[in-house]
Amino acid sequence: MQSINLAEHSVRQLNQLLHDQYHHFDQPQWQVSATSGQHNIACGLNQKLEVNIDGHVGYFCAGMNQLAHVTVHGNAGQGVAENMMSGTVHVKGDASSAAGATAHGGLLIIDGNTGARCGISMKGCDIVVKGNVGHMSCFMAQAGTLVVCGDAGEALGDSLYETVIYVKGKVQSLGADCVEKPLTKKHLMQLKKLLKSADTEEDPSQFKRYGSARQLYNFKVDNAY
Amino acid sequence: MNNNHLQDNLRESATFDRPTMAEIRRAAETGIYDIRGFGAKRKLPHFDDLLFLGASMSRYPLEGYREACDTSVTLGTRFAKKPIVIDTPVTIAGMSFGALSANAKEALGRGASAVGTSTTTGDGGMTPEERGQSDKLVYQYLPSRYGMNPDDLRKADAIEIVLGQGAKPGGGGMLLGQKITDRVAGMRTLPKGVDQRSACRHPDWTGPDDLTIKIQELREITDWQIPIYIKIGATRTYYDVKLAVKAGADVVVVDGMQGGTAATQEVFIEHVGIPTLAAIPQAVQALQDMGMHRKVQLIVSGGIRNGADVAKCMALGADAVAIGTAALVALGCNDPKYDDEFKQIGSAAGFYDDYHEGKDPAGISTQDPQLAQRLNPVDGGRKLANYIRVLTLEAQTLARACGKSNLNNLEPEDMVALTVESAAMAKVPLVGTNWIPGQAF
Repeated sequence: MQSINLAEHSVRQLNQLLHDQYHHFDQPQWQVSATSGQHNIACGLNQKLEVNIDGHVGYFCAGMNQLAHVTVHGNAGQGVAENMMSGTVHVKGDASSAAGATAHGGLLIIDGNTGARCGISMKGCDIVVKGNVGHMSCFMAQAGTLVVCGDAGEALGDSLYETVIYVKGKVQSLGADCVEKPLTKKHLMQLKKLLKSADTEEDPSQFKRYGSARQLYNFKVDNAY
Repeated sequence: MNNNHLQDNLRESATFDRPTMAEIRRAAETGIYDIRGFGAKRKLPHFDDLLFLGASMSRYPLEGYREACDTSVTLGTRFAKKPIVIDTPVTIAGMSFGALSANAKEALGRGASAVGTSTTTGDGGMTPEERGQSDKLVYQYLPSRYGMNPDDLRKADAIEIVLGQGAKPGGGGMLLGQKITDRVAGMRTLPKGVDQRSACRHPDWTGPDDLTIKIQELREITDWQIPIYIKIGATRTYYDVKLAVKAGADVVVVDGMQGGTAATQEVFIEHVGIPTLAAIPQAVQALQDMGMHRKVQLIVSGGIRNGADVAKCMALGADAVAIGTAALVALGCNDPKYDDEFKQIGSAAGFYDDYHEGKDPAGISTQDPQLAQRLNPVDGGRKLANYIRVLTLEAQTLARACGKSNLNNLEPEDMVALTVESAAMAKVPLVGTNWIPGQAF
């Protein structure tokens, strides 16, 4: 286990050490401490590393993650796991806005709540939020799955493409072209699997499914805006 | 426009001219705004309104064919470990695969590489054809993040964070369903055939302070190796350039309103943004006020057509230029040899701007495989390389005539303006006077 104290080392030094594992993979486990909410911690990882971060992190922690398993034992700032491609990012506390933005793959787990625009423009990742998500979550989300065990704020799934959204609690309002859809057996199985991967005991049957009505996919000549 | 049928006693309204009335009828018929490609078609103050003052007694010219005039430019010297060195200040602007055919993208890469300059991806990610044929490839980072992945980011020679473009500052990308083929849809993670309307704001940051952190993230992911550009559509250029520099850009790209697009609303193209001529002095002033002129490089684009335009941009303080529409014309866009086919789709060679429909007879702005194969990427690359060589030679000719041994040595003092408005915008004297409108004598 490699331990990096960010009171003694810079984020640049940390990230370079983690990136170096791509070419010389000899240290799979890393412990990061004294984070002080610094930005861009553990971003751009591309190796099967296990990175445990003790403390709160700032913007874009684990951004563009590939393969690595990153756990934040604290809260995360804006854009955690943005554009993640694969691997797992687990935030033990709350996450700010744009969690998992544009992420193509992998699994993002938030034990607490997230701010606005969780999963905005997501492109294939899975996100499980054990608490609530803020307004405009899954705005223009293209693919993948968002699971919300708590409540969702206003305009959920606005201008949604093919992302599937499951919410257990109350949805304050649905965004343009986002509609409730039947929770079929297939979806229950998918949801059950995701909840299990996030290590929650939630009952899948208590959730509602939301998706795109696909009415905004093409311009309508007499009704385009 | 054919006026032969008009009688002397018929008077056309300047306000409601025939194109205006045709647009009213079109809007009434369809209920949708006009979408088209190309750039602003209205007459705007432009580089033609500037003239160079060749050397004579008070300045020594350089021998046109014998004395050196350096054209190389280094971009990204501020923070990047590996700045980009280009042999000519003429670069290729960002244009997407999707908007353009794969052959067109390959031709752009081939042409740029042949003359030692860079080309740029677009909304939709990086194709192997483009990366393979581009010695120096700038990877655009756009609000949509279509196809964005860290592997391609690390393959790039520079990153261009796009905040806007001159044809539609404040607007997002647009690619209509006709061009969303299986391959394009796959690269963008979109259902095939959707009318793709991209976001106009980045999804995970807002404002210049956030952008500072975003730039640091991209630098971290690429280990501070490659330059990071910020591209803006020209509007509040002075302030936007200042904020871009403050946020940490290595290079600022300013795209004036004559800059092209693959598709957007006509009202956007013609009514938003400011002309390139007006934008450059604002950008340079911002850099100078921050003590960053030539430290953060400035690339300008929007309506650059010939070596004189290149030289005028350089004289106004740009470090390099980018061409888009002109590069496509060099490949064969709007070629008169396809005039009959242009007419069949309701246009004419030289007028065609419905790039969004994907029916381009020249095979450039299309995803139709039959049309796309009309453009041979090797031949297209050759033509583009030739064209850039001509631009470079023309700019050198003008620089030597002004006594400059480097294109970067051209300066506003080498020019005068033909009109009061261009004098005010370019901040060079009205020809025959020493008057710069807005400045004291």
